[in-house]
Amino acid sequence: MHRRGVGAGAIAKKKLAEARYKERGTVLAEDQIVQMSKQLETFKSNLEEFASKHKQEIRKNPQFRVQFQEMCATIGVDPLASGKGFWSEMLGVGDFYYELGVQIVEVCLALKHRNGGLITLDELHQRVLKGRGKYAQEVSQDDLMRAIKKLKVMGNGFGMIPVGGSYLVQSVPAELNMDHTVVLQLSEKKGYVTVSEIKESLKWEKERACHVLDHLLKEGLAWLDSQAAGEAQYWLPALFSEITSRDVTPEEANQMTP
Amino acid sequence: MDRFSWSNGLLEINETLVIQQRGVRLYDGDDKAKLDVGVALLSTHRLIWRDVKNHECCIAMPLSQILLFEEQAAGIGKSAKIVIHLHATPDNKEPGPYQHSKYPFIKLSFKEHGQIEFYRRLTEEMTQKRWENTPVSQSIPTGTVSQAGRTRAVGIVGIERKIEEKRKETDKNISEAFEDLSQLMVKAKEMVELSRSIANKIKDKQGDITEDETIRFKSYLLSMGIANPVTRDTYGSGTHYHMQLAKQLGDMLQAPLEERGGMMALTEVYCLVNRARGMELLSPEDLVNACKMFESLKLPLRLRVFDSGVMVVQLQSHSEEEMIASALDNVTDKGSLTAEEFAKLLGLSVLLSKERLLLAEKVGHLCRDDSVEGLRFYPNLF
Repeated sequence: MHRRGVGAGAIAKKKLAEARYKERGTVLAEDQIVQMSKQLETFKSNLEEFASKHKQEIRKNPQFRVQFQEMCATIGVDPLASGKGFWSEMLGVGDFYYELGVQIVEVCLALKHRNGGLITLDELHQRVLKGRGKYAQEVSQDDLMRAIKKLKVMGNGFGMIPVGGSYLVQSVPAELNMDHTVVLQLSEKKGYVTVSEIKESLKWEKERACHVLDHLLKEGLAWLDSQAAGEAQYWLPALFSEITSRDVTPEEANQMTP
Repeated sequence: MDRFSWSNGLLEINETLVIQQRGVRLYDGDDKAKLDVGVALLSTHRLIWRDVKNHECCIAMPLSQILLFEEQAAGIGKSAKIVIHLHATPDNKEPGPYQHSKYPFIKLSFKEHGQIEFYRRLTEEMTQKRWENTPVSQSIPTGTVSQAGRTRAVGIVGIERKIEEKRKETDKNISEAFEDLSQLMVKAKEMVELSRSIANKIKDKQGDITEDETIRFKSYLLSMGIANPVTRDTYGSGTHYHMQLAKQLGDMLQAPLEERGGMMALTEVYCLVNRARGMELLSPEDLVNACKMFESLKLPLRLRVFDSGVMVVQLQSHSEEEMIASALDNVTDKGSLTAEEFAKLLGLSVLLSKERLLLAEKVGHLCRDDSVEGLRFYPNLF
């Protein structure tokens, strides 16, 4: 009977075992890749079965889509990473969001001449729905936000700025820092803002307020109404478009698109 | 354990599932509950537990019942647990598996791990208290109806029942879909963990896995939508799929690029390509990854990122010097130009014409006049 665990022999044995284990580690990795390949096939058929029963649920039900996305995020899977992914191919989630991405880009491009590349999530939502037609699937704001998140990957300045209770969607690479964002948020109530209002609400110096407003003007995000009673008003077309302006038809927008 | 009520396990309209974990055994205080091991589910409103073998056996408790909770580390032969201390039972609590308990706390024992994530999510939900913002209707009580309820007209009860049945039917369909989805996610999670294990081994061993196996591994990750954790690789994050795509794009974009002065914003390419495909669309990431391979595949296109972050695809034949020279020529010719004017002149988008002017400025051929009236470029005479 060998005595275990004590003495030089035991230490050498331990080192040998460790070295063997490490060696097995290499083999294990290769084995694991084979194992993964098998598991992938199984998973694929499970997903097919799921799709045959519930594909409609994903297409018709925005709430279900949210839960689906959240579950994927929890386990570390991005169902929208690639059109070649299983999720895309079998559940059709991919096409739904990628097409939405195209529609979002087109709406933003069509209106850029008017709002400088800034649009409320509400307006974007309305226009996308209109473009999709009566018989298309329902699209929620959550869907839009996820599609926009994906669009960010392609540069071009897609981003979302929290304003009021919702968001402004930015589709141009204009540099907007905290100061700009705060002024946008201040303008949300009336669709415009004045230097005095900024000074009063944010307690800024006149120079800082003017600097921010000038930048917004330059980027085409704000329009100056210097003839307003009292003092000059800086209007954000992204914010007032629903209240006061005439709706631009797609034909007109197309003509005006650079 | 007397805070739990029997439940059908269906989520209400505003209720969302946050996390679920199988292999959970419940404890009434320090004693094992007279239930088997099951699945614990955390929603925005409730803590739910369901028996794995007998799906009918399902109980739930509102999160508002929770006073405080803490982790209990695993020990030898003992699984990790979360101990949940509870408020007193409310008077109108529905019947559950326990009429009475001598303990004011329960435990969740995680026999198949998962306690860390569950604890984290529970902490989030108990902090956010989302159930307060979106109250869900109480399910119609199965047993007792109050005295006032009994006096309601039969007709209305009948209509209400029909509505409730329809809602339950819809709920059931969604619930079924949801349950099946949950099962699927469990399997997907196993794949994620396996892939992480493989990735770690690849990182450590540096060269024991063949290139072929690495490529295969990457395509598995692509199929599952798992982010590629292996940074050292020969083809960028591309796979055979992306190589194929890159070649297709090379063919497809030649003419459109010529028409647009040799350059197109990536979002424009995205729309063009996907509109043409109609279905089996490309994801933004697919497009970016394919474009990254242009150079290594020796295709006559290049992906280029400007300082502003704007990404474009450009024809390799349209060299930098040509673009800058043309910008300088045009500006000199007209005396000065804004991005909009330049765009009209060249038939380019404003975005891209601006980038060209900025490029010319960067090398010192142009200088700018930046005012509220706009950004105007002049030939640099300094």
